[in-house]
Amino acid sequence: MSKTAATSPPSTHSQPVSIPAIFGVFLQIGATSFGGGVVAYLRSALVTKKKWLTDTEFLELMSLSNTLPGLNATNMAILAGQRLRGTPGAVAAMIGMCLPALILMTAAGFAYGAEGSRPLVTAMLRGVAAAATGLIAATWYQIGKKTVKGFYEAFFILAAILGINYFKLSVPVVLLSVGALSIFAFRPRKPGDHRKEEHAWIRSLQ
Amino acid sequence: MDQIPAIARVFAYLSLLTIGGGMAAFPEMKVLVTETHRWLTYPQLIHIYSVGQMSPGPNMMMVATIGERVAGIPGALVAAFAFFVPTGILTLAVGGLWKRLENWPWRASIQKGLGPVAIGLAVAGLITFGKTAVTGWVTVAVALLVFAATMRTRLNPAILILGGAVVGAFALR
Repeated sequence: MSKTAATSPPSTHSQPVSIPAIFGVFLQIGATSFGGGVVAYLRSALVTKKKWLTDTEFLELMSLSNTLPGLNATNMAILAGQRLRGTPGAVAAMIGMCLPALILMTAAGFAYGAEGSRPLVTAMLRGVAAAATGLIAATWYQIGKKTVKGFYEAFFILAAILGINYFKLSVPVVLLSVGALSIFAFRPRKPGDHRKEEHAWIRSLQ
Repeated sequence: MDQIPAIARVFAYLSLLTIGGGMAAFPEMKVLVTETHRWLTYPQLIHIYSVGQMSPGPNMMMVATIGERVAGIPGALVAAFAFFVPTGILTLAVGGLWKRLENWPWRASIQKGLGPVAIGLAVAGLITFGKTAVTGWVTVAVALLVFAATMRTRLNPAILILGGAVVGAFALR
């Protein structure tokens, strides 16, 4: 673990940020970012208010966070914490980000066990599920609009959807097969060009 | 209690499928949680997943709710640990490497290639989800209204979801 810490020193700061400070900021985000959209909260705290990361650093970490398994909320906590203070920073950020939700959602389990089968609660939860569908659809529509720039993007989105919903393949099968084909379709072509392309891609995530 | 090892296995496996977000793993979660292990009915899973969308922090902490339902507080802790720690270690390891790979041409290819696949998997998960969550005109109306409000306003999504609960209380009993 100390090896990973050594490879990513705090790049832009003369004064290292303290571990309790990292924990505090991520705990605050983890407790207040109701309704998703954690990335916006992170950016406002880390880039605008604390100035711990530059905008470019933040977007670099975002692009990596999107490529890896795991949620943006936790991947960004780990990557930003690591950038600031190595592995201990990553652990502090991750715990801060997760702790409030862990307590709340465990309590939700108790509440659901006690009240979840009452007709009024079931009716409310059906309304919540319908609203969540609309919310998630809007989120992915917005991401999709920014991502689709040509035939290949649209083709591989469709291939993954059909693989799951029409051919009833499992998620790992689709991820590995369609994922490999898609990476191959976007394989490096002109040497030296990829840096520019990658920066354009990162900017498109904003 | 005897379900604890199964909880650890299921959620550690599901976490590896969450490329681009939790929705990608939903079809697999449906099979494992409601069919293979029968921890919840499918409507229960839909309810818990939806409530999780309101939570601050990671919106997939609803795995702790499932763990609690199956095996109490130990179940909640094991589910959360299994879901967040293995991928967390992977992220930490790759985070250290990634900067050194800056000039590796395939780095951009991986990022650009996985983008559309992540979107496709999320939409596929959403279709699986919506088939049960959106049935009948009330739920269609709620989903469309929330979609429009998310696209056109800057309202906090948690408020929109609570609005869905209010509509449900009056119109879906």
